[in-house]
Amino acid sequence: MARIKENMIHGLFFLNGLVVVGVLCGIFAILVFTAAPAFKEISIVEFLATVRWNPTSYYKPSYGILSMIVSSLMVTIGALTIAVPLGIGTAAYLTDVASPRVREVAKPVIEILAGIPSVVLGFLGIVLVGPIIARVFGLPNGLNAINGSVLLAVMALPTIISLSEDALNSVPRSFTEASYAVGATKWQTVVRVKIPAAISGIFASCMLGMGRAVGETMTVLMATGCAPAMPRNFLDPVRTMTASIAIELGEVPYYTTHYYALFGIGLVLFVITFLINMAADAVLNKYQVKVR
Amino acid sequence: MRPRNVQEKIGFFVLKLCAGLVVLILGMILHDIVSKGWRQVNWTFLTAAPSMGMTEGGIFPAIMGTFLVTVITAVCAVPLGMGCAIYLNEYAGDNKVTRLIRMSIRNLSGVPSIVYGLFGVVLFVNLLGLGTSLLAAGMTLGLLTLPWTITASEEALKNVPQSYRDGALALGATKWKALKTNVLPYAIPGMLTGTILGLARAAGETAPILFTGAAFFLPFLPRSLSDQFMALPYHLYIMATQHHDLEKVRPIAYGTALVLIALILAMNLFAIALRYKLRKLKKE
Amino acid sequence: MNREHIKIKVKDFNFFYGEEQALKNVAMDIYKNEVIGIIGPSGCGKSTFLRSLNRMNDVIPGVKYEGTVTLDGKNIFAHGIDVVDIRRKVGMVFQKSNPFPKSVFDNVAYGLRINGEKNKDVIAEKVEKSLMGAALWGEVKDRLSASAFDLSGGQQQRLCIARALAVEPEVLLMDEPASALDPTATSKIEELIQELKKNYTIVIVTHNMQQAARISDYTAFFMMGELIEYDVAGKVFTNPSKKITEEYITGRFG
Repeated sequence: MARIKENMIHGLFFLNGLVVVGVLCGIFAILVFTAAPAFKEISIVEFLATVRWNPTSYYKPSYGILSMIVSSLMVTIGALTIAVPLGIGTAAYLTDVASPRVREVAKPVIEILAGIPSVVLGFLGIVLVGPIIARVFGLPNGLNAINGSVLLAVMALPTIISLSEDALNSVPRSFTEASYAVGATKWQTVVRVKIPAAISGIFASCMLGMGRAVGETMTVLMATGCAPAMPRNFLDPVRTMTASIAIELGEVPYYTTHYYALFGIGLVLFVITFLINMAADAVLNKYQVKVR
Repeated sequence: MRPRNVQEKIGFFVLKLCAGLVVLILGMILHDIVSKGWRQVNWTFLTAAPSMGMTEGGIFPAIMGTFLVTVITAVCAVPLGMGCAIYLNEYAGDNKVTRLIRMSIRNLSGVPSIVYGLFGVVLFVNLLGLGTSLLAAGMTLGLLTLPWTITASEEALKNVPQSYRDGALALGATKWKALKTNVLPYAIPGMLTGTILGLARAAGETAPILFTGAAFFLPFLPRSLSDQFMALPYHLYIMATQHHDLEKVRPIAYGTALVLIALILAMNLFAIALRYKLRKLKKE
Repeated sequence: MNREHIKIKVKDFNFFYGEEQALKNVAMDIYKNEVIGIIGPSGCGKSTFLRSLNRMNDVIPGVKYEGTVTLDGKNIFAHGIDVVDIRRKVGMVFQKSNPFPKSVFDNVAYGLRINGEKNKDVIAEKVEKSLMGAALWGEVKDRLSASAFDLSGGQQQRLCIARALAVEPEVLLMDEPASALDPTATSKIEELIQELKKNYTIVIVTHNMQQAARISDYTAFFMMGELIEYDVAGKVFTNPSKKITEEYITGRFG
């Protein structure tokens, strides 16, 4: 009897474990099935490789999302340019320079930063960052790609800091000791031994930060101006894939090509973030093999 | 001073600057919201519904809506998340299925929140016929929170020493008995800590509820799970970008942002305090 | 025996980890170009002592020193002494080989580069010299750009010796350098030590009594943080002056 009960409990927990696999597959399946009807009317090449997005045109609707993909990548790259050096620098400060007390204080600070909702950051993009950008660059308003990049950098920072910190902390002490023993200073040890030894973990943290930035909706929706056109530079307003879905899904009639096409954008987003995550994973796995 | 010491001084100074800048960013965010929002927040603001075309009154329905949807999120995510963590940490062997589950969790935590929203629209709103409702939004947020809950719960289980399990098993307890009596009681506080952090994040999410249940304006509270609801983050989004007189409602937007941040900070602080207390207990 | 030049002089040396005293009133003269073997039961303070000689213990928080250790007459604990200078003069090889996750070449070149050497020819020349000094050149000269982790355990340890030699130290500290190696690799390291003492002063901690007898010119016996006996190796192993030393080397405890 007890045996049977134990097996049943085991089985139940196993099924519970499979739920997450089901959710992931379910998300993918629903995106694929809901997006599929769109491609009866739109060719995949048109969808991915043309610039014009005008689904509500009466004469000839067009469904090109290239400008959105470019916009998403642009704000993401901008965000990483700010967040990667800042994040790694902060992580290195916390692991190798700061006193234990500073470290104790820093942990909640980073957690609080991670806890600030994206909609609040988007709001600050409008009322705080936007006006500054407008003044610095002499623009009528500051709702553009650079604004989005700044906000996304703030969003990606906690991820990059805490995971880079973990990576730096897991560098074996024997490495740092060996470096000190040949007369390296602390700084030389950090730059030439610790960071190189932790580089896969740091790289993975940046990839995950990147994944967060690509998939972020509210900040870019509120702070980037949302013009559906190909951006020429960082001072142009941009409209990312996420923002397009957020703007249009509320207004679109269900079960139209336009509706399906929005799920197509969702599918592209899913695939991009999936690939970023898998790449981060692969890098981490390689790292683990290498240092035993 | 020698060159290498100068180099070290400069290098460490740059690192310190990075950390200082991060603290400064957080400081600026909090300062702006608090200094401009606190005058707005009073008893009426917290307990009244919006009025006069949302240019006056309070945000009570939004506060309650966020509270209710977070409760539903917790009800969906916590049992599933804890169960999955228990399977992974206590039962699962190192095999392909386990690796598949772990890979799924990592990828789920990377899925953009707006994609969860799309999923919720199709599955909960349409296929399951829940409509745009508290339940549909709560379940969507529940799935979003799931990977965080699992990771936090597994961490808590890992912190229970193996000897607790062995001790119970050696006395003839079955595996489940050992778990129930000698592992879970010690793991649950830790599981809760991580779960609260996850729920705090869910409470601040906007994108997943945009199309699954959040309402622009409702003067009353939802009366059942199938009603729409107002939510703080969505209300802030409306007040910041969609209102017809944006300049006029700016103070309300600041007030909403302050309440939202305060709510999330309170949840975070509660979790951090809990963790701190647990760590202290462990040391004794 | 070369007694005229004292390389390191340790006097009234006490060492604490927090409240706990790990070394008590140690005094020892270490002569130039000799091999000093340090033996004693586990936890006797021999590694702590070794790591005090290049201030490697500074890495651990909460440690405290008393007394003096002089290197060529200068106290290494004096105010204003740059610990980095000490570590360049006093190299160290660790118990477990710890190559960096870099190529063989870059491992050896590391110390040169951090000390500001930029000239590629000079670096290449010194790397070759160090690898030769560590009796590894013949085995790795064709795969200098391979990862250090591809070498065998014994080769990795000799690589770490080469890395220490590259910065041209005067003293070499070795913390049970052969404890994780097989007998063949161990005997290679031992031969190497005999070769190295022509140019370096070597202090080696070992758990292996035969090894201490084989390679050291002087032997120090530590117990419970105290230096019990320190003399010419031959004397310590054949005719120790203290009873407890005799008990230890004859294997009654330890």
